[in-house]
Parts: sequence; C-alpha cells; structure tokens
Amino acid sequence: MTPRFVEVRRDVLKQNDITARELRARFRATGISVISLVSSPGSGKTAFLERTLAELQPRYGVAALVGDLATENDALRLRRSGALVKQIVTGTVCHLDAAMIRCALEGWLPEQLDFLFIENVGNLVCPSSFDLGEDLRLVLLSVTEGEDKPLKYPTIFNTADVAVITKIDLAEAADFDRALCERNIQSVRPGMRILGVSSKRGAGFDEWMAMLASLPRELKSP
Amino acid sequence: MHELSIALSIVEMAEEEAAARQARIRAVHLKLGRLSGVVKDALLASYDMAAAGTALEGSRLVIEEVPIVGYCAKCQARRGVDGVQWFLCPRCGSPISEILEGKELQVRALEIAE
Repeated sequence: MTPRFVEVRRDVLKQNDITARELRARFRATGISVISLVSSPGSGKTAFLERTLAELQPRYGVAALVGDLATENDALRLRRSGALVKQIVTGTVCHLDAAMIRCALEGWLPEQLDFLFIENVGNLVCPSSFDLGEDLRLVLLSVTEGEDKPLKYPTIFNTADVAVITKIDLAEAADFDRALCERNIQSVRPGMRILGVSSKRGAGFDEWMAMLASLPRELKSP
Repeated sequence: MHELSIALSIVEMAEEEAAARQARIRAVHLKLGRLSGVVKDALLASYDMAAAGTALEGSRLVIEEVPIVGYCAKCQARRGVDGVQWFLCPRCGSPISEILEGKELQVRALEIAE
C-alpha cells in the first residue's frame, strides 16, 4: 500500500488571529484608532499612557484597557485623566489575547470614540504572538534597561510598529547611548519609527501627539 | 506557549480534508517559518495530544522549517537572513526592506492511506 500525497496549501489560522481580525474589522467600522503598548515591567507604560490620555482628553474621545496579573492600581491611576478606563486582571496569564479584549469591550465600548489604548501585561516575550486587532503597536523601553534590549527580545520589536524610548530625562544619569540603542532597534526591525520621550517632563510628546493625530487619516487611506 | 492551540487548528483542518476525501490521513506536512513565532519541538509535542481521540490519532506531523529570506532594495536581490537579530543584507550590509519568506504556518500536503 503506497501512500498518496495530496497538496493542500492552507494557512493555519490561529483562533486568536480569527478573533483579532473580527475585532479589527469592528474597530475600522466604528472609526476608532486602536493603539497597544508592550514593554517589560517598569518601562513606564502607565506613565506614558497617563500623559497621553491627559493630553488627548480635551480634544478627543479616549478610552483605555489595562492588563495586569493583579490589582486595579493602573486603572485607578489612569482614571485621574478623566478618560474611560477598564482594568483587565489576567490572574496568572502573562499576556492579553484577542478574546480578552472582546470580552472586556462587551457592553463597555462607547459609540463615539477616537482612540482606544490597550496596555498589555509587562512582558517582552508572550505578547508578541498575540494580535489584539490593534492598528499600531508600540514597544517601550526605558533608558535604564540597556541599549541591547532589542537584540535580546527581537520578536517583540519585530511585531511592533513604533519603538518608544522612555525616561529620556534620566539618560545622562543612566549613561544611556541613544545612537547605539537606535542602531540596535533598526537592526531587528529596519525602518522602525522611534520616539524618545519623558512622560514626566513632556519631552517628545509633541511628536507623539502629531503621530496620533495623523493616525486616523493613515488608517483610512488604502 | 500557544503551540497546543495551533496543533488543535492543524488537526481540525486535517480532519476536514480527510472527511472531504473520505480518506485516512497518515501524515500532515507543514511549512513552518522561522519567523512564525511557533516553536517546532513544542508543536510536535502538542500534536499527539491534539490528535488523540480524533480521526488523526496515530498520524504524524512532518515539519519543514522555512528559513528567513528578505529582499535587499539596494542589491535588488533576494537574500537569506541569519537569525532574527540582524535584518541586514549579508552582501552589502544595508537593512532588509521586506521579508519574503519565513512567516509561513501552512499545511502543505497530506499523506493519505489508500
């Protein structure tokens, strides 16, 4: 009995990809720009988001979902901006997935919104495999983490759209070599956009706000 | 670690194909890119678990790993890329402008018992 080969050529879609695709279609239909943030714990995702929400809040409808293993601390912090914020407590799960986003949005997402931010669990490994239906994925790294972080965690940089170097007000104290860090980022993801910011002092936020303002237009263009 | 859910998707797809052809499947041949984010060994370990109790029980998963190939705009040529840390043209050193191969996660063929 000789085996017979039949050609199939079918892409294996992960269940998460299917859910993410549905989410993306829904976001596009309602005109919301969705931005996710990933980084290691302590890189300053929440501080960055705090300032972002506060600066956007007067002019735009903004909301945020924040993921953590435990506590509502981040949601409480972010709510002070006046934005609509919901905490996703993952228990022991090390990342957010598309189903968690869908579940969190159930009966919560208002009709009129310009921006939805999703702060992932602090982790540079697992979130890289999970599409959340976002339009833009930011990977943050702070000046105290070492210039070679992109080389150590290439996959997350490779799946992200923009690299944000945070805490640049501490660059000198940390002896941070920005040119080297940017070279490493470009090496793992050629052509990646890079922002340098201080969430505390506000440096770099003009450029970030301009990038956000042009986002809906970019998403609408084919 | 999401290999088990991927193994389940592969088994599900193969079951559909098997039912459509009214055939028994002996092996599933898969193309797996190095940039797919899926670990070969973990996927192989998950496959037997996923196939247990289905029409695919006892079948093999055969994985063909696909290396990363990029396009160098400067050389205007396809170039193999070593590792995932240096997306640079091995010939001229300029950044790779596009990834052409290496993201595959595709069921290529089925080995059917007649």
